[in-house]
Amino acid sequence: MTRGEAGPTLVLVIAVGVLVATGVTLLLERSLTRILLGVILLGNGVNLLILLGGRSGAAPLVGTVPASAMSDALPQAMVLTAVVITFGLTAFLLAVAYRSWYLSGDDEVQDDLEDRQVVRLAERNEVSTADLGGEGPDNDPEQVDPEPALRRLRRRGEEQ
Amino acid sequence: MTPALVPLPVVVPLLGAALTLILANRPRLQRSVSVLGLTTTLVVAVVLLVEAYRHGPVVVRVAGWPPPVGIVLVADQLAALMLVVSSAVTLCVLLYSIGQGRGETSESAPVSIYHPTYLVLTAGVTNAFLAGDLFNLFVGFEILLAASFVLITLGGTEVRIRTGSTYVVVSILSSMIFLAALGLVYAATGTVNMAQLAGRLDALPPGVRLALQLTLLLAFGIKAAVFPVSAWLPDSYPTAPAPVTAVFAGLLTKVGVYAIIRTETLLFPGGQVANLLMVVAGLTMVVGILGAAAQSDMKRLFSFTLVSHIGYMIFGVALSSVAGLAGAIFYVVHHITIQTTLFLVAGLVEERAGSTDLRRLGGLARIAPLLAVLFFVPAMNLAGIPPFSGFLGKLGLLQAGVAAGGTLPAVLVGAGTLTSLLTLYAASRVWNIAFWRAPRLATSGPPVRLPGLMVGATAALVLLGLVLTLAAGPLFRVTADAATDLRQRTPYVRAVLP
Repeated sequence: MTRGEAGPTLVLVIAVGVLVATGVTLLLERSLTRILLGVILLGNGVNLLILLGGRSGAAPLVGTVPASAMSDALPQAMVLTAVVITFGLTAFLLAVAYRSWYLSGDDEVQDDLEDRQVVRLAERNEVSTADLGGEGPDNDPEQVDPEPALRRLRRRGEEQ
Repeated sequence: MTPALVPLPVVVPLLGAALTLILANRPRLQRSVSVLGLTTTLVVAVVLLVEAYRHGPVVVRVAGWPPPVGIVLVADQLAALMLVVSSAVTLCVLLYSIGQGRGETSESAPVSIYHPTYLVLTAGVTNAFLAGDLFNLFVGFEILLAASFVLITLGGTEVRIRTGSTYVVVSILSSMIFLAALGLVYAATGTVNMAQLAGRLDALPPGVRLALQLTLLLAFGIKAAVFPVSAWLPDSYPTAPAPVTAVFAGLLTKVGVYAIIRTETLLFPGGQVANLLMVVAGLTMVVGILGAAAQSDMKRLFSFTLVSHIGYMIFGVALSSVAGLAGAIFYVVHHITIQTTLFLVAGLVEERAGSTDLRRLGGLARIAPLLAVLFFVPAMNLAGIPPFSGFLGKLGLLQAGVAAGGTLPAVLVGAGTLTSLLTLYAASRVWNIAFWRAPRLATSGPPVRLPGLMVGATAALVLLGLVLTLAAGPLFRVTADAATDLRQRTPYVRAVLP
C-alpha cells in the first residue's frame, strides 16, 4: 500500500514502532482494562506492519490501471482477516474484564494462591504435609496466604 | 475421490457446530450430532493416513484456485497421523464429557454452548494440521484459541476468570507475534504458501532468514509451552472442567509442536538453531519436572509433566535427523494419548472424592480399584517404564541423540533420562499419597457410582495407549517414513506445486 520503489514510508514505520511499544507497555500492567488497551494498540501496530509488506499503487481493480501500477491486494486481504480476528478477541477480553470486575470488584489479575503456597514451602525448606502423611495447616490456601484477599479488602475500603 | 475428503475434517465439525447451536434446546439430538461429526472426522482421518502412506501427500486446492494464488490443504503423513490421533482423542473426551453431563443446561452454564464450542475447537485443530500456507495456519490457531477461551472460562466463576485471563492474554500475545512474523515473511518473500516459501526462503540473506525463523519459533514456542515461555500453562489449565483440561493438555500444545516441526523441516531446514533448540529442550524437561515434584494437586502436577515432556519433542526436532524426527513424531502421538488419559483420570478422581488435592486424598486403591488401575497404567506409561510406549518413545529419542554424537546431544540424553526418573518419582508420589495410603476425610464418604460412560471413555484411552505400545513397530515405520519425507521436502513441495 505504501511501499514505493524507495521502500516503506518512514512515517508508517515509526507509527508501527510507537503502537507496538505502547501496546507492550500496557500489556505489562495488571489491570485487565489497560491490558485490553494494550492489545488493541499492539494489534493495530502489527496490522499496519503487514500492510507495509505489500507494494503500493492504485486500487487493484482489473481494467482501471495497468497491473504494474496496482497495489498488492494480498496483504490487504490478510489484514482484513486479522482485523476481524483482533476485534473478536478484544471483545472477549472486554467481557472477561467486565466479569472479573463483577465478581471481585476490580479487574486486576489476581495471584495464584497455590503457586505462592509452593513458594512459601520452598522458602521455609519444608515438604508438603501430604508427603508426611498428614493434613496440616496448608489445607486451605486462603489461610496460608491471606495477603491477596486482604489486598482486595483494603482496595475496596479505599474506594468507599 | 480422496482429495475430496481432505476438507472434511475441518468442514464436518464446523457444520456440526452450527447444527448443535441450532439444537441448543434438544440435548439428546445435540449429543448425537457431536458424536456423529467426530466419528466421521476420525474415519476420514484414517482413510487419509492410509492414502498418504501409500501414495504420498493428498492435496486439495480450495475452490479450485491453483497455488500459490489459492489456499491448499495438504494431508501428508505427518498431518494425517496427527489428524487420526487428535480425532480419536477428541471423540473419547466428548464421550467422557457426555457421561459427566457436561453440555447440559445448568446454573453454571446457562446456555448449552459446550458442544458447539468443542466442535469449533476440533475444527481449529484439524485446520491447523491441514493448512498448506502460513496464513491458514494462523487462522487455524485463531479458531482453536477463540473456542478454547470460551471453554476455559466456562461458567465464568471467579477462579476460572482469573486463570482464564492469564491464558487469554498470553495466547493473544503469541498470536500477535505470529502475525508480525507472517507480515515479515510476506514482505521478505512475497508469498505465504509453505511449499513456495521452502524455495524462496533459501534464497534470502542468512541474517533475515534467521530473524524470521526465530520470530516464528518464539510464537510457536509460547503455544507449545517451551521452557522460558511456558509459565502460563500450569497456571491456567488446572481450573477448567476435567474434559476441557484433558483435551487442551492433549492437543493444544501439540498443535504448537506440530507447527514447530513443520516450519523447522519445510521452511528452515539445515539446523541453524539446533543448539538453541537443544538448550531450551533440556531446560523445558528439567525445569518442568522439578515443578511437578513440588505440586500438591494432581491436575497441577500433571500440567507440569505436560510442560516437561514437550522438551522431548523439541529435542527430537533439534536433532533434525530422520531418527530424531521419527522419535519426536512418535512421542507426540504417545504424549497426546497419555496426557489426555491422565487428566481424564484426574477428573474421575475429582468425581469420586470431590477433590484432586493430594492433601485430601488417600486410599483410593482400596475404595476404587478400577480407578487405581486406570491411573496406574498411563502413569507408568508416562514415566517410561518398559514395555510401554513412553519407554519406546524415549528410547527412540535417546538412541537418536546418542547417534548424533557431540557434547550437547550427550547432555540432552542425560537430561532426558533424569526427567524420565523424576517423572517416575512424581507419578509414584501421586500413587503413594492418593491411592496407597489410608483413606482420608474426602475419600471416606459414602461410595459414589461413577457414570459408566466416563469410565468407559477413560478405559478406551488407556487401551489406545496400550495399542500404541503393541503397534509401536508399525507406528515407528510410519513416523520414520514421515520423517524421511519431511527431511527431503520434495514430496511435499511437488505435491503442492506440481
